Amino acid sequence: MTYKGHFRIWRGDEEGGSLEDFEVEVNEGEVVLDIIHRLQATQAPDLAVRWNCKAGKCGSCSAEVNGRPRLLCMTRMSIFSADEIITVTPMRAFSVIKDLVPDVSYNYTKAREVTSFTPPEGLGPGEYRMQQEDVERSQEFRKCIECFLCQDTCHVVRDHEENKSAFAGPRFLMRAAELEMHPLDAADRRDDAQDEHGLGMCNITKCCTEVCPEGIKITDNALIPMKERVAGRRYDPVVWLGNKLFKRGS
Amino acid sequence: MSTDTGVHAPPRARLPVSTLRNDRWWVPQVLTIAGLSVFVIYATVRVFLQQNYWVEEYHYLTPFYSPCISTGCVDGAAHFGRFIPDHALIPYAALSLPFLLLFRLTCYYYRKAYYRSFWLSPPACAVPEPHARYTGETRFPLILQNIHRYFFYLAFVVTIINTYDMLLAFQTADGGFGLGLGNVILVVNVVMLWLYTLSCHSCRHVMGGRLKNFSKHPVRYRMWTRISALNTRHMEFAWISLGTLMLVDLYIMLVASGTITDLRFIG
Amino acid sequence: MTEVERHSYDVLVIGAGGAGLRAAIEAREQGLRTAVICKSLFGKAHTVMAEGGCAAAMGNVNAGDNWQVHFRDTMRGGKFLNNWRMAELHAKEAPDRVWELETYGALFDRTGDGRISQRNFGGHEYPRLAHVGDRTGLELIRTMQQKIVSLQQEDYRDLGDYDARLKVFSECTVTQLLNDDAGAISGAFAYWRESGRFVQFDAPAVVLATGGIGKSFSVTSNSWEYTGDGHALAMRAGAKLINMEFVQFHPTGMVWPPSVKGILVTEGVRGDGGVLKNANGERFMFNYIPDVFKGYYADNPEEADRWYSDPNNNRRTPDLLPRDEVARAINTEVKEGRGSPHGGVYLDIASRLSDEEIERRLPSMHHQFKELADVDITSEAMEVGPTCHYVMGGVEVDPDTGAADGVPGLFAAGECAGGMHGSNRLGGNSLSDLLVFGRRAGSGAAGYVSSLTERPTANQAQVDEAARAAVEPFGAGETYENPYTLQSDLQRLMNELVGIIRTEGEMSEALTKLRDLAERARHVGIEGNRQYNPGWHLALDLRNMLLVSECVARAALRRTESRGGHTRDDFPKMDAEWRHTLLECTLDGESVTVTPGEQVPMRADLLELFELTELEKYYTEPELVEHPARTGAQREEGAP
Repeated sequence: MTYKGHFRIWRGDEEGGSLEDFEVEVNEGEVVLDIIHRLQATQAPDLAVRWNCKAGKCGSCSAEVNGRPRLLCMTRMSIFSADEIITVTPMRAFSVIKDLVPDVSYNYTKAREVTSFTPPEGLGPGEYRMQQEDVERSQEFRKCIECFLCQDTCHVVRDHEENKSAFAGPRFLMRAAELEMHPLDAADRRDDAQDEHGLGMCNITKCCTEVCPEGIKITDNALIPMKERVAGRRYDPVVWLGNKLFKRGS
Repeated sequence: MSTDTGVHAPPRARLPVSTLRNDRWWVPQVLTIAGLSVFVIYATVRVFLQQNYWVEEYHYLTPFYSPCISTGCVDGAAHFGRFIPDHALIPYAALSLPFLLLFRLTCYYYRKAYYRSFWLSPPACAVPEPHARYTGETRFPLILQNIHRYFFYLAFVVTIINTYDMLLAFQTADGGFGLGLGNVILVVNVVMLWLYTLSCHSCRHVMGGRLKNFSKHPVRYRMWTRISALNTRHMEFAWISLGTLMLVDLYIMLVASGTITDLRFIG
Repeated sequence: MTEVERHSYDVLVIGAGGAGLRAAIEAREQGLRTAVICKSLFGKAHTVMAEGGCAAAMGNVNAGDNWQVHFRDTMRGGKFLNNWRMAELHAKEAPDRVWELETYGALFDRTGDGRISQRNFGGHEYPRLAHVGDRTGLELIRTMQQKIVSLQQEDYRDLGDYDARLKVFSECTVTQLLNDDAGAISGAFAYWRESGRFVQFDAPAVVLATGGIGKSFSVTSNSWEYTGDGHALAMRAGAKLINMEFVQFHPTGMVWPPSVKGILVTEGVRGDGGVLKNANGERFMFNYIPDVFKGYYADNPEEADRWYSDPNNNRRTPDLLPRDEVARAINTEVKEGRGSPHGGVYLDIASRLSDEEIERRLPSMHHQFKELADVDITSEAMEVGPTCHYVMGGVEVDPDTGAADGVPGLFAAGECAGGMHGSNRLGGNSLSDLLVFGRRAGSGAAGYVSSLTERPTANQAQVDEAARAAVEPFGAGETYENPYTLQSDLQRLMNELVGIIRTEGEMSEALTKLRDLAERARHVGIEGNRQYNPGWHLALDLRNMLLVSECVARAALRRTESRGGHTRDDFPKMDAEWRHTLLECTLDGESVTVTPGEQVPMRADLLELFELTELEKYYTEPELVEHPARTGAQREEGAP
């Protein structure tokens, strides 16, 4: 089945821009990215969009379709009706470069601030022994394709530009959790998570989990367990009292 | 709402509207407000009613009055003694209710629910919140959400008491075994309370989640696995247990006041 | 004169996939200031698409495995055309490279005793593939990306600047390698995709790690980045490409709907009972059992169906013939008009297994079709056809250092380097290739730079020319060629005429048409400005695609035999005389030249790892006179 689809696509750059209307052919089985490509080939050769694998594995084509953060290559046209106007904009938590391409450097900056994997003392290559059940929790987080949709939807930075310096976002709080749960990692990131990465700003409203194309349970499996770990270290009255009485940790 | 912050901050794509979502994103929030409001209003009224909480004949005690520790409590309902003054503004279960309230108030699910619906922070995903500033749970009072775990411990104890009440209700006033519709509702309620309490994120953490190496603690790993499975339905249990609490209380109130009679199967 | 941003480094790595990142880590760890340049964002490279695993003879699952077995499997897979030294290094070093990843933080699936688990795969004698579910490539990329971050954190601690000794230039495309008057590498010329501004890198060593060429084919499992940049850059700098005629087509890629065209359908579907059918509903594979396999495969559906439950008393189904055979059969069915509406055939599992069974045994396939295609494989057949998957050919390099032959300072690793896989790559050998030769190229480049007494200097005229050529598409006249149309014409041409089955007539036609396309490409034009302009980016990539496509077509025309990833309808047999011959592509001014070169004979101790009877199938008689089975000499296995 082929029909003329109605698209409204944001075009512009950081100076300004607007939604432009397009009528474009839509064929059976296509995804939104196919339509963007058809627009490039037929009507707007300089329409900028980021994409790579077109199979939901690289996390490049993140944007917002009808206001919802999505991967363009995983948004099937069949979820829309033929007469519906489909609006596509760049991710709105980041500054825009051009058209559908945002500046995602915030994420790379934050990636550098999480203490890296710290290898255990005295274990050389080939000597690592870990059980499957010990690696499974972190493996879930390593499914992350870094599409940054969770960063885009998180209201902490989406609605408050000023929080960006103090908040690493769900993706990188999850990275801290991943390493905390790594059976052989030797570092402790609990204080950093709270003081440097802004874990306390997270109010666990779960939008990150809702938009994750990999289905990672970011909130339940990474952020809340991380909050619990921090609570155990920082806000546990028994531990606090113990530290006072026995002067531990000083 | 300021127009030059958040999604309208200048380097971002310039768009006249705050959200382009065209679905009915407010529906879950409206339902949440309705659901929570019903419970809060009902519970408040019931707690200060100070009557119709105990069915002497079948030993039914509503969880809203358990443990009944006020000097105003009727004789049979007070299993743990009566030691707080009887006053119209002091609930009969004044020792347990605040902790149960705080347990639910600091619960990770309820936090999500009321932050979204009552505080609109955010109203829905990718819908801007109407606040100029946001600090999350970094400051007083919200930083106190971090002590959820201790309310879990206390709620655990209260749930044991609720279980005890539920068991006592199988004994009728004449000392024999009894079973009525009230017992069935009490059992269902206690089961749901346990499911809600055990599926708590803090429970999941202390039972095993805090460990780095599961393989060295096989028993705790098994517990963690089970609790994790329950945890995925924490939201469901949160709502169902609110409902069963109201149901069991309403039923006992109606039986105690003589409005209806308990449907008896045995005794 | 154009304004050009300028940076100076010791080593420049082009490409941020597995090979590029491993090369960069190595160069930086050897103390050199290193830059990584990549067309996409950091961490998005095509390596993420690799699913199965990374082959390394660690022997964790079967202790019988060792490097010699892996070496033999690799040589067999490549039909003995492989560069044996590369295959040797690869087999020996892959385990160390995998273990190293664990120290960077990788989390592979585990065995019961806590070691890295390994899985079976086609062509590998033992379970050998280290894996993480079906997302091993992502794990590799992310692990090395995070290792780079950790090195940058070290530099931040020591020097106050994350980028002090290792910097990633993402969304930056190299259009030209720079060399000094003597021909030695002196840097590279690039543009920022974001702004269109030019960048000049001064560096005495460049490591190419740009991946493959698959985007020149219309049905491909490769992403837009696979435009053969490294291949083309190397040729223009004076290097040689070898084995360009060998392109691997996977028999079962999705062909419909368009959104998923080319995406792989795992062989596991057929292994679990899926069968291939044509438009008439016939299980056509029974008509395509070649003579050499007659007797090994069932010749009727009844026996084939019994094989799944009773493999000992029945012969296996021809649906599981080797990949090239299946791909050829599908191709013939489609050409003879028995294909599906969208140019494939049907792969039917729905009528063969229960819904629950399909979901249990093929969860990822079920998910893939559901999510990407809205196809429920439990109730409908999949449409599949051959898809371009990998190019065995690439820059001819020194096996030990990755140094490109003939261009001082140029190195290559990964898919854009040639030789390692011979005429056909085994599944799982590509990820290990990236690690082993990425590291070697990084180390080779570091060694080269350290040995220099004087650095080659950039040639300003060359820079100016590169800048001029880059903006050429903006100066097209009133009427110009649309780059998107050109690209799709090229893809169709390569797919149809230089695809999986080749004939002299079709390839000659392809060369003529390629010349026409090259002429049209001269008049390619674009709209808009230089800021993030995909039309412009494609116009520049097209030059590389055209050049590399010509190499493939010319080499394929020249090789008059069928071997691995090169199938000639007019020369269907393997020819031992061609086994020791490598076709080398070079660029002479504007024209591509293909010349035959001699393969270096395998070292005696390696040759002795094979039975004489096996070698006789591939080698000419004079090549085997030295084999101990002929001379009667006794040697212990593996002794030097």
